[in-house]
Amino acid sequence: MIAAALFAVLAAMALVLVRALRGPTTFDRLLAANSIGNGAILVLALFGFLTDRPEFLDLGLTYALLNYVGIFAVLKFFRLGSLGAEAEADKS
Amino acid sequence: MMDIVPQIVAGAFLFAGAFFLLAGAIGMNRMPDLFTRMHAASVGDTLGVSLMLIGMVVLGGFTLVTVKLLFLLAFLLFMGPVASHALAAAALKAGVKPILAGKQAGGGKAEGHKPRKKSAARAATSGGGKP
Repeated sequence: MIAAALFAVLAAMALVLVRALRGPTTFDRLLAANSIGNGAILVLALFGFLTDRPEFLDLGLTYALLNYVGIFAVLKFFRLGSLGAEAEADKS
Repeated sequence: MMDIVPQIVAGAFLFAGAFFLLAGAIGMNRMPDLFTRMHAASVGDTLGVSLMLIGMVVLGGFTLVTVKLLFLLAFLLFMGPVASHALAAAALKAGVKPILAGKQAGGGKAEGHKPRKKSAARAATSGGGKP
């Protein structure tokens, strides 16, 4: 049961990877990267259950935090052309 | 005997989650546009991930594992819409247009001007979308 779910998640991640490679714009690739990150969290949790080692869940939590922080950083970079350091320096 | 009921419930949740994940992944490859692709991806990212995590909660029982899974679920449910909003706002600001923007009379994009409208309508007829 868990192995079947793991294979389903891996298949979904492979399909999303096709979109990440094909995507016409950067935002398509970024959307696919976000989905792949969510799939990786599920793979970590499911693998922890499969091998009876639930400490993989901590890795999953950390991966979720890093994934979203990374997505926002890249989005801000593509929106402003930089990470916004000089804009805040101009303001002050 | 009492052990098999949570197994069946967890299996049902995991199966439903796998279905939604695969549906979202297939939709991401078939949709014609960035914004429709975001719609397809949100199916997999909310329903698929939540159902799979709920299935693992049922499988885990009342342990620390369940608490961690619920924290993960709450975090994903908070951050998924925020990331989608930021992605759509950044894409609109960078000039990515929805291909159906010129089709509606008044409900389209505010800044969609004439020459863009024509090409957008042509793309929409070839893409085949909603009326």
